[in-house]
Amino acid sequence: MVVFEKPHALSDAPLHYCPGCTHGIVHRLVAEVMDELGIEGKTVGIAPVGCSVMAYNYFNCDMIEAAHGRAPAVATGVKRALPENVVFTYQGDGDLASIGMAETVHAAARNENITIIFINNAIYGMTGGQMAPTSLPGQVTQTSPYGRDTDHCGFPIKVCEMLSEIEGAEYLERVAVNNVKNVKNAKKAIKKAFQNQIDGKGFSLVEVISSCPTNWGLTPQKALEWIDEKMIPYYPLGVYKDRSAKEAE
Amino acid sequence: MADKVLMKGNEAIAEAAIQAGCRHYFGYPITPQTEIAAYMAKRMPKIGGCFLQAESEVAAINMVYGVASTGYRVMTSSSSPGISLKSEGLSYLAGADLPALVINVQRGGPGLGGIQPSQSDYYQATKAGGHGDFRMLVLAPASVQEMADLTVKGFDLADKYRMTSMILADGTMGQMMEPVSLDYEASKPVEKPWATTGTKMEREHNIVNSLFLQPDELEKSNNERFERYKYIEENEAMYEEYMMDDAEICITAFGIASRVAKNAIVEARKKGIKVGMIRPITLWPFPNKPFEKTIGKIKTYISVELSMGQMIDDVKLATKCNGEYVLCNRVGGMIPSPEEVLAAIEKANGGNK
Repeated sequence: MVVFEKPHALSDAPLHYCPGCTHGIVHRLVAEVMDELGIEGKTVGIAPVGCSVMAYNYFNCDMIEAAHGRAPAVATGVKRALPENVVFTYQGDGDLASIGMAETVHAAARNENITIIFINNAIYGMTGGQMAPTSLPGQVTQTSPYGRDTDHCGFPIKVCEMLSEIEGAEYLERVAVNNVKNVKNAKKAIKKAFQNQIDGKGFSLVEVISSCPTNWGLTPQKALEWIDEKMIPYYPLGVYKDRSAKEAE
Repeated sequence: MADKVLMKGNEAIAEAAIQAGCRHYFGYPITPQTEIAAYMAKRMPKIGGCFLQAESEVAAINMVYGVASTGYRVMTSSSSPGISLKSEGLSYLAGADLPALVINVQRGGPGLGGIQPSQSDYYQATKAGGHGDFRMLVLAPASVQEMADLTVKGFDLADKYRMTSMILADGTMGQMMEPVSLDYEASKPVEKPWATTGTKMEREHNIVNSLFLQPDELEKSNNERFERYKYIEENEAMYEEYMMDDAEICITAFGIASRVAKNAIVEARKKGIKVGMIRPITLWPFPNKPFEKTIGKIKTYISVELSMGQMIDDVKLATKCNGEYVLCNRVGGMIPSPEEVLAAIEKANGGNK
């Protein structure tokens, strides 16, 4: 009896992520969802620039590597050309909420029928730990060495809250992957975000609060605790918009 | 041969693109090319295509990147400042070896510049479309008919060589109306086994990508691309020679400048001056061969340009700096008059005798 196996949609390539990084968990959840929905063969994924830049090696579906922040525009092109296929982007906070904010907001405004997996770990990981649009007030990073000073460089962007005001957006949920319960909820949200696309409901984004032990300067275990202590109070988990559910009420 | 219809250059591009099988257009409004978007907005929904006004030039070129990844024919159009914004995408298209058609209906620059015709994006189109080593096929129409013909040709070349074709037009070409015949046979579809259309669980996954972290692999991909470019340089250069058989003075001009120059050449010939013209139709690959033939025969080359003198560099290279080189130019949206070009010819001929 098989009690544990790798999802088919996840490739055999060794992940390059740091020990304790939660990208691996989220990759697995996306792959499990592809398997369960039977969509691997018709899915096209878009990788960002950032730590998950090489996500194209880790999923067995067709993959495209986009320019920094442009994944929602690339996904728009793919989905318009292949409306019967399933198209998702996998983006970090710098990619989605800083350099790619315009592409994110306008894809939502158009209710582009795509799925976005948004990894929020409050830091630029790939380049070595600079301040992200989602870095917390006071958070020490390489480019905020005295702590994020909100008078000087403003406040973190709460993506789900912001997008919830956009009429076009269909489904927005924030989840975390720092404990078993949260991981289970995260999978449910990711599955719904893909199912919405299959059902033609439109723009679905799942924000996943993730850890970056390397650049947070914490052990993997402490990093998961930091999510509970610091991240979730600032970025409350939950459904920020579910238009179809609301209309059904 | 279909009946000729009177059309603006911009509209001719749009209709030719549709006839070439393009069903996806993404753009952002900018003068003087907006008629292309307007035409697409009207026509695409009627023929099952997609016209989408993007939030920016950056988004538009990345939507192009997305469609190109699926193997479908796709285009965007803009004018000079907008093309600068598309540079990032042009570089990624090159790095990922994706075919696409990009139209630049040039206006004066730099900066916001003006909205009148210009050819001052020659360097950008032929030498520096974006970061990294790459080329685009650059086609320079000199009539509304060529606006249409080169659009179709541009798609075919893009598919054949997996790269971006750029139509380098100018505000005059975009706005002027001429009779044009539009009746293209559908091109033979090119196999695109690399396209990301879903594996259907029948093949390994395709990856569209321009990232090579290993320097030797990146070097290899650059070298392979430049092998392709070398083949293109040898096989795809296009040009028109006009009254060159006995010419002692050679005009070089493309686009609207070549139209003006032709008038001046006719007048100069009436005065017995032996002047002709080489008009590059492809700006990259630059047509070196007809220029090489002129070495030793031509004493003066006059480059007529709507720029501060950009193509003249390639003329010097192609002729290995043999002879005198004269720039006859207007910029900022101004166009040289036939009289100004004639004056340059007469001066090169030793003054008005």
